[in-house]
Amino acid sequence: MIHSLFLINSSGDIFLEKHWKSVVSRSVCDYFFEAQERATEAENVPPVIPTPHHYLLSVYRHKIFFVAVIQTEVPPLFVIEFLHRVVDTFQDYFGVCSEPVIKDNVVVVYEVLEEMLDNGFPLATESNILKELIKPPTILRTVVNTITGSTNVGDQLPTGQLSVVPWRRTGVKYTNNEAYFDVIEEIDAIIDKSGSTITAEIQGVIDACVKLTGMPDLTLSFMNPRLLDDVSFHPCVRFKRWESERILSFIPPDGNFRLLSYHVSAQNLVAIPVYVKHSISFRDSSSLGRFEITVGPKQTMGKAIEGVTVTSQMPKGVLNMSLTPSQGTHTFDPVTKMLSWDVGKINPQKLPSLKGTMSLQAGASKPDENPTINLQFKIQQLAISGLKVNRLDMYGEKYKPFKGIKYMTKAGKFQVRT
Amino acid sequence: MTDSKYFTTTKKGEIFELKAELNSDKKEKKKEAVKKVIASMTVGKDVSALFPDVVNCMQTDNLELKKLVYLYLMNYAKSQPDMAIMAVNTFVKDCEDPNPLIRALAVRTMGCIRVDKITEYLCEPLRKCLKDEDPYVRKTAAVCVAKLHDINAQLVEDQGFLDTLKDLISDSNPMVVANAVAALSEIAESHPSSNLLDLNPQSINKLLTALNECTEWGQIFILDCLANYTPKDDREAQSICERVTPRLSHANSAVVLSAVKVLMKFMEMLSKDLDYYGTLLKKLAPPLVTLLSAEPELQYVALRNINLIVQKRPEILKHEMKVFFVKYNDPIYVKLEKLDIMIRLASQANIAQVLAELKEYATEVDVDFVRKAVRAIGRCAIKVEQSAERCVSTLLDLIQTKVNYVVQEAIVVIKDIFRKYPNKYESVIATLCENLDSLDEPEARAAMIWIVGEYAERIDNADELLESFLEGFHDESTQVQLQLLTAIVKLFLKKPTETQELVQQVLSLATQDSDNPDLRDRGYIYWRLLSTDPVAAKEVVLAEKPLISEETDLIEPTLLDELICYIGTLASVYHKPPSAFVEGGRGVVHKSLPPRTASNESAESPEAAPTGAPPVEQPDVIPPQGDLLGDLLNLDLGPPVSGPPLAASSAQMGAVDLLGGGLDSLIGGTNFTSPPAAAVPASLGAPIGSGLSDLFDLTSGVGNLSGSYVAPKAVWLPAMKAKGLEISGTFTRQVGSISMDLQLTNKALQVMTDFAIQFNRNSFGLAPAAPLQVHAPLSPNQSVEISLPLNTVGSVMKMEPLNNLQVAVKNNIDVFYFSTLYPLHILFVEDGKMDRQMFLATWKDIPNENEAQFQIRDCPLSAEAVSSKLQGSNVFTIAKRNVEGQDMLYQSLKLTNGIWVLAELRIQPGNPSLTLSLKCRAPEVSQHVYQAYETILKN
Repeated sequence: MIHSLFLINSSGDIFLEKHWKSVVSRSVCDYFFEAQERATEAENVPPVIPTPHHYLLSVYRHKIFFVAVIQTEVPPLFVIEFLHRVVDTFQDYFGVCSEPVIKDNVVVVYEVLEEMLDNGFPLATESNILKELIKPPTILRTVVNTITGSTNVGDQLPTGQLSVVPWRRTGVKYTNNEAYFDVIEEIDAIIDKSGSTITAEIQGVIDACVKLTGMPDLTLSFMNPRLLDDVSFHPCVRFKRWESERILSFIPPDGNFRLLSYHVSAQNLVAIPVYVKHSISFRDSSSLGRFEITVGPKQTMGKAIEGVTVTSQMPKGVLNMSLTPSQGTHTFDPVTKMLSWDVGKINPQKLPSLKGTMSLQAGASKPDENPTINLQFKIQQLAISGLKVNRLDMYGEKYKPFKGIKYMTKAGKFQVRT
Repeated sequence: MTDSKYFTTTKKGEIFELKAELNSDKKEKKKEAVKKVIASMTVGKDVSALFPDVVNCMQTDNLELKKLVYLYLMNYAKSQPDMAIMAVNTFVKDCEDPNPLIRALAVRTMGCIRVDKITEYLCEPLRKCLKDEDPYVRKTAAVCVAKLHDINAQLVEDQGFLDTLKDLISDSNPMVVANAVAALSEIAESHPSSNLLDLNPQSINKLLTALNECTEWGQIFILDCLANYTPKDDREAQSICERVTPRLSHANSAVVLSAVKVLMKFMEMLSKDLDYYGTLLKKLAPPLVTLLSAEPELQYVALRNINLIVQKRPEILKHEMKVFFVKYNDPIYVKLEKLDIMIRLASQANIAQVLAELKEYATEVDVDFVRKAVRAIGRCAIKVEQSAERCVSTLLDLIQTKVNYVVQEAIVVIKDIFRKYPNKYESVIATLCENLDSLDEPEARAAMIWIVGEYAERIDNADELLESFLEGFHDESTQVQLQLLTAIVKLFLKKPTETQELVQQVLSLATQDSDNPDLRDRGYIYWRLLSTDPVAAKEVVLAEKPLISEETDLIEPTLLDELICYIGTLASVYHKPPSAFVEGGRGVVHKSLPPRTASNESAESPEAAPTGAPPVEQPDVIPPQGDLLGDLLNLDLGPPVSGPPLAASSAQMGAVDLLGGGLDSLIGGTNFTSPPAAAVPASLGAPIGSGLSDLFDLTSGVGNLSGSYVAPKAVWLPAMKAKGLEISGTFTRQVGSISMDLQLTNKALQVMTDFAIQFNRNSFGLAPAAPLQVHAPLSPNQSVEISLPLNTVGSVMKMEPLNNLQVAVKNNIDVFYFSTLYPLHILFVEDGKMDRQMFLATWKDIPNENEAQFQIRDCPLSAEAVSSKLQGSNVFTIAKRNVEGQDMLYQSLKLTNGIWVLAELRIQPGNPSLTLSLKCRAPEVSQHVYQAYETILKN
């Protein structure tokens, strides 16, 4: 199982180590550094690195490498999932997950890590339970602790630990009972030169924020559950009921959680809400190239497209760009060759465009590769797949909760080839 | 106020100051001091000097302080074992605490202190905690057993903790079950032979129940454990699959992949006609696709596994090509994997899309990726014949881009395309030749030279082109030199008049001026061939080359089957069995897919194998009707022994060894008339060793020339069941080669022709080494005797019984199936004599459970006679002892697949019964070895 964990910052310093079995010398990380050197970018460091006696599995999040050391045959996904859980827990505890924050809270971090694994076996990874065992630091609690001398370690066995609903603690009380669900969909798409869709798929999630007293039992039904044929559930969802009736029935965890994630694949038609018109031309002889892109709406069901940003990695031969946007602001970094254009909201009456020239290296032949355009956008109050919640009911408790459903569509990895 | 204050130091010296604070009377100050110590520890500073002071803080009601001290203890106890004893009392006391959290914490911490003296004190508290009323404590204690086992395995066994742990599998609480399974799995990993996780239908049922209720991590442990179980029939397999499928919708990708493993493995047992089989296939695709939308690290592991899954069952993902399309900002390791899977999924239906994508990738920035994309186009051409033309034109487009590395890569793959579709796309050669000067990589140069040599007669200036390469001959890499040598010899044979000078030049460069033995040897061979017999030279050098096929990059089926059992593990990421890389070479149990069995299958006797239904479906081995000639050709190519795979794999490696390939096919064509010494190394690796040791045995005078015992021929296929064809036969082993002696009798009224034979996969990979040669048509009432040479490099599948061999024979009338049992002694190899020391060590090493004892009755032979009789069949006597009037013979033998069997044979004078004890790491062979002994000794 998981032997040790090293946290390494982007400059290659090991700033935290934790061992769950015998101590593994930190020199084992040298193999990791070698791999890091070979990979040009941090994102390209291979996630599994073999060394003569150990295996290093790593994830790169928030500019920190989380490197787990294992010695025996362990499912790598198990380790990687666990590392993700560590990152999530840190974020949950401290608001952000960054080197200074971890250093500031090193003792809490250490206590939490100790609670998460025992002898390399996961022990408590649900943030609900962890927070009962070790209270997250808050300014108030620090002050209170210093005055009263009390501690931030819980001395009671977490209530959820052994019940049939390990994700929920007992005795939850709220004065305002509320349950909010956000249906968020991300479109991943590759659009080719001519504007036709090569692949498009939707990654959707339903995130919930549930603050309800007692042990509520919720059911959530959809207008069109047929869309959901590829789903992953939070453990609280009763799978049998979903299989037979296509209704989500569950006792929710307390607070924020991801109820379900789903995938609408390329087979079903995916509506593409925006289009990009582009004309980028390099000429062999000239040291000037022409550049023009226009963004416009398409299949948006009448909703506005907001927060649009366009980024593109220009070829190495491009020295500089002189462009004029019809709206928003743009920047071009001549070192990284990254063009980014913050468009804002698209007005269908006056489509935003960005035009101008590129200066190319004199005398060099025209670049081999074509730049790919990356698009970011948001559409409020729309789930692009058409998924709609029918109703939300609560059983098991007497009070009437506030309920709310919000929809949003975002661009995930949305790429336009030129 | 944050913890970073703990890192500040003062001038006086940190340790000194901490010491003072730790011994302070104020609780608060103490706690702060311990926090400072822990903070220093986490960043790797050595604070072990404070050990006694910190341990003094342990006796406290403050849980946080206690936990902090425990953290410290775990880290430093090992370096201060004597001091650590001081802590024992507190631990023992805490294990009795009314608060379950404290009991659990104490037992958990004690297990982490890896000091022998402490472990002794741990036993009693641990025993209590394993039976604690609180499940939280029990589950913690279960893990503690695994920790203790890691420190002192013997102690755990002696104290009976393993049994207690096994009992916990039936615990009422699912988390306890999951932890017990996890602990047992970890212990079992270091004791592969011990049968710790004794899985039976009852315990499986308990695990499946716990699976629904325990945490995600527990589910992973349980699923991995389930994957080791072999259901007794297809019904059980199906019911397990049904209960595992809901796990495919879990949010944790590790749970999903472990569930996929269980399903992929048990699916093997389900009949393809079952409705459920189809349902299951459909259910597997969406979760695999979903894994690809996760973080890149998860994607990578998922892709490596999907790579295996699409090779085993391409039907699962055949419609999902698009999800493998590469996004330009995917990390490179994800891109390369996606590309690989795209090629595996490429088919006629989607090839247009795939090619368009690949062409797009070939214009990306990342050089490695671009290269692989170009290669992928070539692989598509080879895989999907209909697309070859389109691929070639795509490649030509890419060559027009003049991007150096793209051009080179394209030329390398075009060479492969030429080898697959000879005389089809030669029109592009002119375009290729234009780019000759830009090639600077050895592989591309070698490929280009090969093309020029191969098509020398169509390239007007071939001699000039090759001559231009010759100028810098000594600066070229070996690969290019070899290729150049061959190409010029080819050119000479095609256009002898103009190129005499050139060939002399290259031969002298290769033989006289080169230090490279490969190059020299090849040079001399050509030289001699050309000078003695130019016709023969032509036959060798310009022989028709075997075609390459796309299968060269597939994982070998047996390895693939093994890897399927390891889905989700490191083995699946490396595509190597764990035995190839697991630390310390601890015995790793080989896993294999369960055989397909029907629940109502009766134990059919081999002779009575139904002729109507084929034993196992083999769709492409023997088509029932059709073009007979084509069939026969297929059959000849079937067994993986002849040239094609070998030559193809060398082509894959880049160095196109034409000489090797040429010789191979030449020898194959002329029926082994060439010296066998050359033929053997070229075609089969394995028998050389045994052949050589034969020679040694002969010279030392021990060998028994007669070869092993041969049973009389028995009727395998009665004429009634095979439309008049009767087959009887037996197996022989002589001087290292196995053969099947067959007698074919035609009892029908019509002439039989076009005989061919094929074996089903079997336990030892027996396969025909040559096609069945029946030269003349077999007239009615005529019979013919044939000796069919066999080898053991065929596909392996465990059969029941182990020595069962299913054979298909076809003639112009029909295809017939029969099965027969072969005596195991034909598999005893000639180098089966073990060294004495080795024997002793191995005998001790094999666990006693693997020992099997048999009686051989009515065999009144002396020890010497027994020994020499057995020696004839490659059972070697290593030592002989006389104990209390009994002769004890210690013998060893080795099977063709490398399994050693050790034997102890007890002979009592005057008693005709012999007692045989066999020890082997694969105990299932013992029974058959015993039968072989009996057969040999009684004949």
